[in-house]
Amino acid sequence: MSQKTFTIKSNEGLHARPASALVKVASGFSSEIYLQYGEKNVNLKSILGVMSLGVPAGGNITITATGSDEEVALQQLDAILTEQGLI
Amino acid sequence: MKIQGIAAASGISIAKIVKFESVALLDQTEIGTTVQELAKLTQAIDDSKIDLQQLEAQTAERLGASEAEVFGAHLLVLQDPEYIGAIEALIQEGSGATQAIEAVQNQFMALFLALDDEYMKERAADVNDVSQRLMRKVTGTNESVSDYIEPTILVAHDLTPSDTAKLNAEFTRGFITEKGGKTSHSAIFARSLQIPAIVGATGIISEVQNGDIAIMNGETGEIFINPTAEQLEHYEALSKAQLEKRQGLQALLHENTVTKDGHHVELAANIGSLDDAKKALEQGAEGVGLFRTEFLYLERDTAPTEQEQFEIYRDVLTVMGERPVVVRTLDIGGDKAIPYLNMPKEDNPFLGLRAIRLCFANEELFRTQLRALLRASSFGNLKIMFPMISSIDEFRQARQWLDEEKEALIEQDVEVSDFEIGIMVEIPSAAILSPVFAKEVDFFSIGTNDLIQYTLAADRMNETISHLYEPFHPAIVSLVKLVIDSAHAQGKWVGMCGEMAGDFAAIPLLVALGLDEFSMSAPSVLAARKQINSLSKDALQEKLQQTYQQSTAEGIRAIWH
Repeated sequence: MSQKTFTIKSNEGLHARPASALVKVASGFSSEIYLQYGEKNVNLKSILGVMSLGVPAGGNITITATGSDEEVALQQLDAILTEQGLI
Repeated sequence: MKIQGIAAASGISIAKIVKFESVALLDQTEIGTTVQELAKLTQAIDDSKIDLQQLEAQTAERLGASEAEVFGAHLLVLQDPEYIGAIEALIQEGSGATQAIEAVQNQFMALFLALDDEYMKERAADVNDVSQRLMRKVTGTNESVSDYIEPTILVAHDLTPSDTAKLNAEFTRGFITEKGGKTSHSAIFARSLQIPAIVGATGIISEVQNGDIAIMNGETGEIFINPTAEQLEHYEALSKAQLEKRQGLQALLHENTVTKDGHHVELAANIGSLDDAKKALEQGAEGVGLFRTEFLYLERDTAPTEQEQFEIYRDVLTVMGERPVVVRTLDIGGDKAIPYLNMPKEDNPFLGLRAIRLCFANEELFRTQLRALLRASSFGNLKIMFPMISSIDEFRQARQWLDEEKEALIEQDVEVSDFEIGIMVEIPSAAILSPVFAKEVDFFSIGTNDLIQYTLAADRMNETISHLYEPFHPAIVSLVKLVIDSAHAQGKWVGMCGEMAGDFAAIPLLVALGLDEFSMSAPSVLAARKQINSLSKDALQEKLQQTYQQSTAEGIRAIWH
């Protein structure tokens, strides 16, 4: 299991466009990938799940990947968070 | 009978009503075996994906990538393992495919609606749209808003984004919904498609029958069902005139603005936000002549951060691409106050601590804005403009701070691209000294609202002296001429971003004077282009010479009206 915590710095929080980008990247991996915000833990391959979190600016999120490609998955998700100006 | 709704997209239409009902479902199909129902679902998902990919491509082509984004989001919903997984689970438990889709739709919509936030409500609409599409595929009901073959006004409870995007523009004369607000997806689409739309027309579904004749006025939100002969005649004439005007203007959307004798001017828009910038492009603007940044500072408790500002400037520059964007640095004071700056109350605020003066008094606030602008410079064609400059010292001071911030950023390896620096000419001293300024600035933008107010000493908010506030005053025309001539003598360009630039009576005069850029509210752009393209600058020179002979505003108006 690979895990990493990030703080969302974008003013709009984790809104639709970057959320879509995250989900697209996550969907490309065979690992199970979850996104935790506060009490809620959702499947990062589910756009509806991610959006339902409503992560605001300043929110701390934890991404957990479990599976054969978990490390690469986490690296790429980290990269896309940076690229989207979220962290 | 008259029904009042909320005007959502302008235009007048007269046509037969067709009621468009969301797919009536359920009960109609027999539930097969689990395997059969799962197969129906899979087939429906595959068919829907093809639909959505086509819609995304078509919409991107017709309306642009940002309008098409909603279908990209729908595709993601179709691939959502939680959503599809939940539907499959219900089918495994014995549900039919349609019932399962509907149940999961309701579950997710409830989840989003419970979050009670406009943005999340839009997500609920997305879930609804995708689910409706799937159910239509499963049940084989292909009823669609594009099926009509005669002029039609669609009346619906609500229209989903896919419904709206598929509207048959050839026959759809307008649409009216019971639900929705001005900012709903369908209203935004209607404006892009230039189809008249009225939303929030409560009760209309039960009041009208298919085939009723309706007049709808997208400017007022009025709907007349089975109108009288007089009403028909009146609105037919209005509609015809409107249509002719609009068609004529739309043809100019991607044209250049060039006088008949080949003088090119730039038609730009005044904006206050990213949304305004997008709308300006839709209305044919060739750039932004005035980006008012004060809105970023108003209605909040603390100043916007550098990052916050950077992102907005970056986004506006990105949207405008190669087109120029003139950003005016913070212009506050006078009638606009910011609570967190603790601005003192002044007896004559328009002659007081406002605009660049206020920025000099709040150095860190100003430097923060300059840094944000410099950081954004590599994302487009940036021009920085200082407001309310009255002396060359002020310009040099502002420029020095800008240079210092630029040096500091470059030392930190931040990319800063080329940009132009200009001033607003809105104080008579700046206009009079324009020959001096023209040697140091890259451009001028004449702010006529304040220039008229200060030159004529006429408070523009004071109604008792409103007759003194006069753009055609010979002194104003002289100052405008002086500024334009001074700039051109140094090879610099001059824009105008006050009301006068969008005043159709003044445009020929300004063209004759050689103004290089006109910046106005976006909806005026196409009409201004039409006017300018019909003018000949050379032919106007005679009128211009006559203008210089006039000693009164009345005399000048008589020449140009």
